[in-house]
Amino acid sequence: MDIKNEERRITDPVMGKPNLEVFAKTLEELAAADRDLVVVTSDSRGSGKLGPFGENFPAQIVETGIAEQNLVGMSAGLASCGKKVFAVSPACFLTARALEQIKNDVAYSDQPVKLIGISAGVSYGALGSTHHSLHDFAVLRTIHNLTIVAPADKFETEESVKWAYGYEHPVYIRFGKKAMPVLHDNNSGFVYGKGIEVRGGNDLAIIATGECVAPALGASLKLEKEKGIKARVISMHTLKPLDMKILFRAARECDGMITVEEHSVYGGLGEACASGLLANGYSLPFKILGIPDEYTVTGSQSEIFTHYGLSPGGIAAAAIKLLKTN
Amino acid sequence: MSLSMDDLRIKSVEYRKKLLKYIKLAGAGHTGGSLSCIDILNVLYNNILNISPELPDKPDRDRYIQSKGHSVEALYVVLADLGFFPEHDLETLCRYGSHYVGHPTRKVKGIEHNTGALGHGLSVSTGIAMAAKMDGNKYKVYTLVGDGELTEGSNWEAALTASHYKLDNLTAIVDYNHLQITGLTMEVCNTDPLEDKFLAFGWHVENISGHDLEEMNRFFREVPLSVGKPTCIIAHTVKGKGVSYMENKKRWHHGVPDDEQFNMAMEELDSSLKFPE
Ligand SMILES: Cc1ncc(C[n+]2csc(CCOP(=O)(O)OP(=O)(O)O)c2C)c(N)n1
Ligand SMILES: [Mg+2]
Repeated sequence: MDIKNEERRITDPVMGKPNLEVFAKTLEELAAADRDLVVVTSDSRGSGKLGPFGENFPAQIVETGIAEQNLVGMSAGLASCGKKVFAVSPACFLTARALEQIKNDVAYSDQPVKLIGISAGVSYGALGSTHHSLHDFAVLRTIHNLTIVAPADKFETEESVKWAYGYEHPVYIRFGKKAMPVLHDNNSGFVYGKGIEVRGGNDLAIIATGECVAPALGASLKLEKEKGIKARVISMHTLKPLDMKILFRAARECDGMITVEEHSVYGGLGEACASGLLANGYSLPFKILGIPDEYTVTGSQSEIFTHYGLSPGGIAAAAIKLLKTN
Repeated sequence: MSLSMDDLRIKSVEYRKKLLKYIKLAGAGHTGGSLSCIDILNVLYNNILNISPELPDKPDRDRYIQSKGHSVEALYVVLADLGFFPEHDLETLCRYGSHYVGHPTRKVKGIEHNTGALGHGLSVSTGIAMAAKMDGNKYKVYTLVGDGELTEGSNWEAALTASHYKLDNLTAIVDYNHLQITGLTMEVCNTDPLEDKFLAFGWHVENISGHDLEEMNRFFREVPLSVGKPTCIIAHTVKGKGVSYMENKKRWHHGVPDDEQFNMAMEELDSSLKFPE
């Protein structure tokens, strides 16, 4: 694909879909074929775009009321009896309020609950920090026996949800509600624990996850057009287990590395990559982009992205600075 | 200073108009829940709470913690009216860089505690009430919780503790409007009968109308209603109250009126002053 087409692909909004909607559609497809698939919600049916699911599969949806701890505990109980449980709640509440239930009832007890954190990161924008989840990667990474996935587009979402459905151990999947451009052709070839190279290049590697892959790709196109810098873009949809192979290869082949995530700069993708590289003898110019450790600015998701340099322009500027070219 | 019932009645209409105006301007907001609790806030802030914008930190001030933080627009318009900040600040509601976000924060003068995740306010208020007892302070603590919010188990942990420690300086007001996001609280996950539950937890319980300014004025003044017991006031309300097309409709939980709907709402609110019920 030439660069023009690539650009069109990431800027054309009609091609994209909110991952949230793709998730809901995928669940309906799976539920139609399996009566043991159960969705559990905490007054989050509407936010999860699960209204139609509720109408089509009333016997396969359980409502707990506004009670996220109960949601996760009950999901563990349901899963222990063979139900294939998707526990769906805003990422901020699911992974903070119900953390002990996630740790003990799901991960430690190895109940195959699929924890679905909706409207993750700063998707809720101006609703403020109570509604942001900038801690979820960090806290969940420290819990043994929990896979963490942040799909980037409709393909990664659909494929990761289908994979999680069949997986027999705990999974956390988080995504936002804004329409995402399509980053892959017909499918993403999603394989759990394996990053995907979305765009080639050897000057720089941009490792991004979730809704940050699209701006990372935008930055890569911008860098090539404006500066002749070829930046490889990797969608690191699985944060844990982290794909060390793709990471090491990027470190060997590129002159610098930038990680981009809709999460605190502490404890997320960036620090996971940094420790993986350093512990294995790799060292290269490296920058973590994310939300800094401060009182988060008010704004929409895209205003917050721009404010903290997570937009294509911001990522490209960080790249130029890192490579010290001008 | 305390306002007459007529003055309060006028304020209730003004507040409703203003909160709709700023929700419309921001393009976002929790409309139904703000309209359902605005009369409660009106009475509390104008006639009950011992607070002042001049001395917002005075140690003996009464405390109000809005546990159902999503109805922040109601709180903002009341605080602006009392002079905690200029009303035109609210033109920045939810805008880039503004301190006026979609839930209460202490960045805004007059707000005591950051809320927005449901099920926190009652515990925090219990702590504040306990501190008052420890220090021999006479101030009172009021918190507003949603009826849907009461499914959060933390509320019941706090309810136990507050009665165990005989915190009669604590009043929980339930905005009993029967709705939450998904639909009727009775159908989503029933929290009724609320009165029996709070009684069983050792609270004094009163059922009053959350739109009857005179009745609220009387009851809020009289707490504690039983010595040695926290008070629960179940305020019977209508979600969306005052704008008939919004009343009891779940979609107005966070609906934003368009131009035509906005004008209709303004007309209805204006005429409610001309022709008292
Ligand atoms: C812990 C938590 N879970 C979920 C939400 C999302 N939420 C915001 S408002 C609301 C419904 C609240 O219903 P209710 O307490 O009855 O309030 P009201 O009807 O007065 O608006 C929900 C689920 C939240 N803010 N906090
Ligand atoms: Mg309610």
